[in-house]
Order: sequence, then structure tokens, then C-alpha cells
Amino acid sequence: MGQGISQIVVYTVVLIVLAYPLGTYMAWVYSDRFRGPRWLAAAERGFLRLVGAGTSEQDWRAYAKTALGFMAVFAVLLYLLLRLQGHLPLNPDGMKGVLPDISMNTTASFITNTNWQYYGGEFTMSYLSQMAGLAVQNFVSAALGMAVLVAVIRGFARRSRRELGNFWVDLYRSLVFILLPLSLIVGAILISQGVVQTFSGHATAHTLQGATQTIARGPAASQIAIKQLGTNGGGFFNSNSAVPFENPTGFTNFLEAICILLIPAAQVFMFGRMIALRRQALPLLGAMLAMFLIGVAILLPAEQHGSQVLRASGVNITQGHRQSGGNMSDKEVRFGIADTALWATATTNASNGSVNGGHDALTATGGAVPIVNMFTGEVIFGGVGSGLYGMFFYVIIAVFVAGLMVGRTPEYLGKKIEAREIKLAAVGALFVPTMVLVLTAVSVVTGHGLQSIFNPGAHGFSEALYAYDSQSNNNGSAFAGYGATNFSALVGTIALWLGRFVPLIAALAIGGSLAQKRVSPPSAGTFRTDGVTFAVLIVGVIVLTAGLMIFPALSLGPIVEALS
Amino acid sequence: MKRVLGRSVIAVVLCTIVFGLAYPLLMTGFAQAFFSGKADGSLVEVNGQVVGSKLVAQGFTSSKYFHPRPSATSPAYNAGATTFANLGPTNPDLAKAVRQRVRAILKLEQPYNPGLTIGDIPVDAVTTSGSGIDPEISPANAQLQAARVASIRGVSKQHVLDLIAKYTDGRSLGFLGEPGVNVLTLNLALDREASS
Repeated sequence: MGQGISQIVVYTVVLIVLAYPLGTYMAWVYSDRFRGPRWLAAAERGFLRLVGAGTSEQDWRAYAKTALGFMAVFAVLLYLLLRLQGHLPLNPDGMKGVLPDISMNTTASFITNTNWQYYGGEFTMSYLSQMAGLAVQNFVSAALGMAVLVAVIRGFARRSRRELGNFWVDLYRSLVFILLPLSLIVGAILISQGVVQTFSGHATAHTLQGATQTIARGPAASQIAIKQLGTNGGGFFNSNSAVPFENPTGFTNFLEAICILLIPAAQVFMFGRMIALRRQALPLLGAMLAMFLIGVAILLPAEQHGSQVLRASGVNITQGHRQSGGNMSDKEVRFGIADTALWATATTNASNGSVNGGHDALTATGGAVPIVNMFTGEVIFGGVGSGLYGMFFYVIIAVFVAGLMVGRTPEYLGKKIEAREIKLAAVGALFVPTMVLVLTAVSVVTGHGLQSIFNPGAHGFSEALYAYDSQSNNNGSAFAGYGATNFSALVGTIALWLGRFVPLIAALAIGGSLAQKRVSPPSAGTFRTDGVTFAVLIVGVIVLTAGLMIFPALSLGPIVEALS
Repeated sequence: MKRVLGRSVIAVVLCTIVFGLAYPLLMTGFAQAFFSGKADGSLVEVNGQVVGSKLVAQGFTSSKYFHPRPSATSPAYNAGATTFANLGPTNPDLAKAVRQRVRAILKLEQPYNPGLTIGDIPVDAVTTSGSGIDPEISPANAQLQAARVASIRGVSKQHVLDLIAKYTDGRSLGFLGEPGVNVLTLNLALDREASS
């Protein structure tokens, strides 16, 4: 256990040490003061001219409309690419067109930054689909979330204005000055450690025992860098980051796990810079860190303790210096228990959803942690952009609750929080969890829905709950036994789209509303939102909303299973 | 809205060219220029023939070899279709599979390890890996198999244990990840010694 704790401590420290300067840099990139290298600035002007957009700013409606239109065009193109890949180039292994329902679900999944995968990459997708379809979306869907967040934050920072920024400028800067350079660095390091990056198609080996082994390869490293950084999570290979070609060593595992939370954590610091009140970011960071650490502190011991079946089997599951022991089902030796537990927590805190071990095989208690993490709306660091703008919903509710308790008009950052903001925040915070419960219920009371379930008993219910929790919250990880049917692909597609649109639009609307308000100076009666009390209040609000909503469902799935 | 869609089409084309083609091509160029062996899949050659990848398990069944962890792929150790087993922690099928693997291991190893019991079997030997092609086994798992391999190859057990120690990959930077023994590398080393 000491080994596990030291890795988690180092992980947390490295994360914060890297996130702080990155957040400062990002705040600068999005500001008017930003001047990139001359040729990149020229490229930015060229890009804006080509898309025919000026640099003039948009109000929240125009910003949202542009973002949604952009997503719609990309969705059509991605769907066609997947369906027609059999007739297109860069297909050395001769993959056929992807089936219509899987294409539909996959399109929604990648456009919404989810990367839920009802397919196995290495035996479904051509290299062209992986690169020009899926990997492009890894960049663009992430940049879109980042752009929206910046617009919302401007709503907090500005006074008496209608505009929130220019979508195209924010998108371009997210892509070119943040995601691309980071991906180049991370991709190069991954390649140097053994992650594959080739166009040569599969390799054929003649094994020592005289058999023939076909080894799938491909341009994976470039995709993995951005899938980890952009909270995408869609693997090049079916078993995702458990596959040695995606994640060959303890070091690559650490790097990829850092990348999961790096940009979301940096955005909290960026928020502090952009509103020019850095202390205000600390309670948000504190609340996120606390919930992250609580998750690991439950998941890690649960996995080390082992599953019921393995404990009863009599084999040696005791941790020692010759084995990591514990619940090794669907886990890799080089990661063991600690690194798999850390990853499972981080990937479901963020809306990343990549996995380095099978979540379906997690213990009952261990498996409950990802379910709850996702159910918070992915706000424990959360998705790039979407995590923090999702957190703002809870912040506004927390401010409102505090206002009720002390009997004052709620204020945040000097802005009056009124009925419109609270209504929007309530929709943003409650719509997705409600949808998760409804879709899960539908899927377990219909014959079509039940066909997807793989494991018997309470665990089967957990699979369905996990599936709609993950897709609605745009996470993308899975209790992967849950299978693709026409029905589950369709219901999932609905969850994916609504789970992205509703909070995104609600957040922009809040930003638009706040931007128009004046700022009143803090007085003696102002509720302080920069201290420990506020961090505790935020966690409390999350527990009281998402926590209470998920509890009945948890007691049907993981809790029953843990007690059996 | 029409104008937004028109602009989006241009932006989509530009994004696809830069992030879908230029970026992966640039990375592939870098990879092939500086790390071609790793970027092509860490393939292992013996006498000019590819015998496998250092990062991919293969289905050793002969008792003169160390065996990898169980695999859920179809067929086992299919490096073209990785997968988890996805059996939940209370699934009776998991219990059955573990029982079968325990029996097979006891039957295989007991003749060389008198007094071997279930409690001596490390958990990674009876559980499927995440990828289905985990190239490593735990050091405990390797030690369990050492007596058999030594006996069949007619070398001392201590010699095999020394080889295991030699081919154990420690934690990265001394503290990241868990130690493991690369099965293909170890078996190749044994074969090399036998032929020399």
C-alpha cells in the first residue's frame, strides 16, 4: 500500500506543478494581449479570412449557434467517412464500411468528446478513419469545450457587456497554441518509449512454437497523445491503454495519467487569472482535489482487497515485492493495483474514459467509484472545458444555498445571482443525472435493453447504469461487457448528444447573462467564496444533489453486489 | 445559420488536413527517423525472421517454456483483437474459469514442486490480463514455473532463477508501475542457451 500511496502523492504534486504554469499560459493565450510568433499570428489571420469570420465578438447566442453549426457539419462528414471507409485510401488491412448504427453512435460519441466505443479499433477502423475522422475529433471536440469555457469565464470577468468572445478565435487558439504543441511533446515521448506509430499495416510473426501471430499496429502514438490530453479517451486498440502498444511501461502510464487531468486542472488556474482574482480559484481546486483523493482512497483498497471470487478461490492475492496481488482480473502486470486504481479514478473524474484495465471486472466497491465520479456531471476536474463550466453550475447553486442560509442576495465575484442564473444552473446540474436514471430504467425494463447486459445479477444492472452514466456525461469508459445492439446504440446516441448540448448551452446562457451585470464591491456582508468554507459547501452541494440522486441506483447495483 | 454552416465546412476541411493528416504524418516521420524499431512494434527477430514482439504475449504451451497469463481474446493471445474478459467480481463463470486454471497449474507444476498448494499460486497466473496480450508475468508467477522449466531443460533451478532476475523489468524510474518478467525475452534467452 505504501507504494500505491507514494505514487498517488507524486502524481498529485506533479499534476499541480505542471497545471499552474500551463493555466497561466492559457489565460494569456486567450487574452487580447496575446501575441504568438509572427508566422502563427499570420496563420491565425489567414484562418479567420478563410472561414470568412472577422475578429468581432459574439453574444452568447451567436457563440452557441456557431459552435453547434460547426459540430453539425463535422458530424455529417464523420458519419460519411465511417460508412465509406472501405472505398477510401489508407486502408492497408482492408476494413469494410462501419455498420449504420455503430457509425451513428460513434459519430455522436466523438463529436461530443465522449469516445464511447461500441467497436474495436484495430479490427473495425481503417487508418484514414482513425486519423482523419476520430483523431481530428479528439482535437476539435476538446478545443470546442475549451472555447466554450473561455466564453463562460469572460461572462464572469466582464461587466455590462453582451459579447463573450469570438468562437473561431477561441477555437483556433485552443487548437494551435495549446492542444497541438502539447500533443507533439507527449506523442514524441510516447514514441520513444515504445508506443507504435507506423503506416505499415499488421506485422506477421512466426512464434517460437511454430504458430503464426498477426500483430495489429498503426499510427497510434499521435492519437493517444491527444486522446489523453483532450479528455477524449477513445483507444486505437480495443483494450485501450491496457494494450502495451498504447501504454508499454510504468512511465508511459504515469505520463498518460497526468495528461488526463492536466488541462482540466490548468483551467482552474486559468480561471483565477482571467477573473484577476486568483484566490477565487482555490476553493474550486480544493473541492476537486478532495473528491479525487476520496475516490482513490476508496477504489485502491477495494481492488487490493480483491473480488469475492478471487478471495474464495484460495489463490495468493497478498501484495508483496514479487506480485501486486489483489483483484488482477482484466489488469496488466506492469500497472498492478495502484496504477490501475489511480487511472480508473482520474479517467472518470475527467470525462476522459480511457482505461488501462477492465472496469467491468472491478470489485463492487471499486466499480461504484467511477459510477459516482461520472454522475457528478464530470466536474471533478472534468472534461477539458466542460468540467469547469459544469462546476460553475454547482458553484452557483452553492452561492444560492449560502445566500438562503445567511439571508442575503446571493453574489459571486461581485455579480448578483438572480432567478435566471439559478434556473439555468439547476438545469445544467440536474438534467444529465435525471437522463441517466431515466435511460437506465428504460434499458432494464425493455427486452431490447436487457440484451446488452453481459454479467448476471446485480452486476448486470451496474453495466446498464454505467453505460448511460458514461454516455450521458460524455465520459466514454465502459463496463465493457455491455454490448452493442441497435437499441443500445440508438439510446446511447440520444444520451451522447443531449449530454453535451444541454449543459453547454446552459453554461453559455449563464455566461451571457452574467456578462451584462454590473459588479458591486464586496462589503462586510458578502459571503466569502475564496476560503475553505466555500470548498466544503461545494462538495456538500454535489453530495446533496448528484449523491442523493445516484444512491438508490447504487443500492440496486454495486451495493447489493458488495453485500452478496 | 447558413453562413455558419458555410464557414464550418471550410474550418472542417482545414482541421482535417492539419490534425488528421499533417499531424500524424509528422509524428510518423519523427518516429520512423529516430525510433523505427519501437514505432514498428518492438519486433523481435531471430536469424532474420520475426518471432514476435517484446510487447505482445504469445501462446506458449510447451512445458519447456514459461507460460503467459490467461487471455480473453479469441483465439487466445490474438494481437489483432485485444479484449478484456469483462467478468464481474461475483460472476460464477469467473469462479469456474479460475478453478479450471488452478487445476491446470497444479497438475502441471506439482510434479516439479512437491507440496505445492493453491495458496502458492499468484493471482496473475489465474486471471486474464487487460489487453489479453500482457507480455509480462509477475516475478512470483515466474518463480512458480522455474522448477518445471529447469527440470525439463536439465539445468539447475538456481540458474533459471538468475535468468528470471536478469529479465525482470523493474519499476520505471524506480517507483512507477510494478515489476514484471517479459515472457518472450526470457524464453528466447533459455532457447539461446540451449542451442549454444
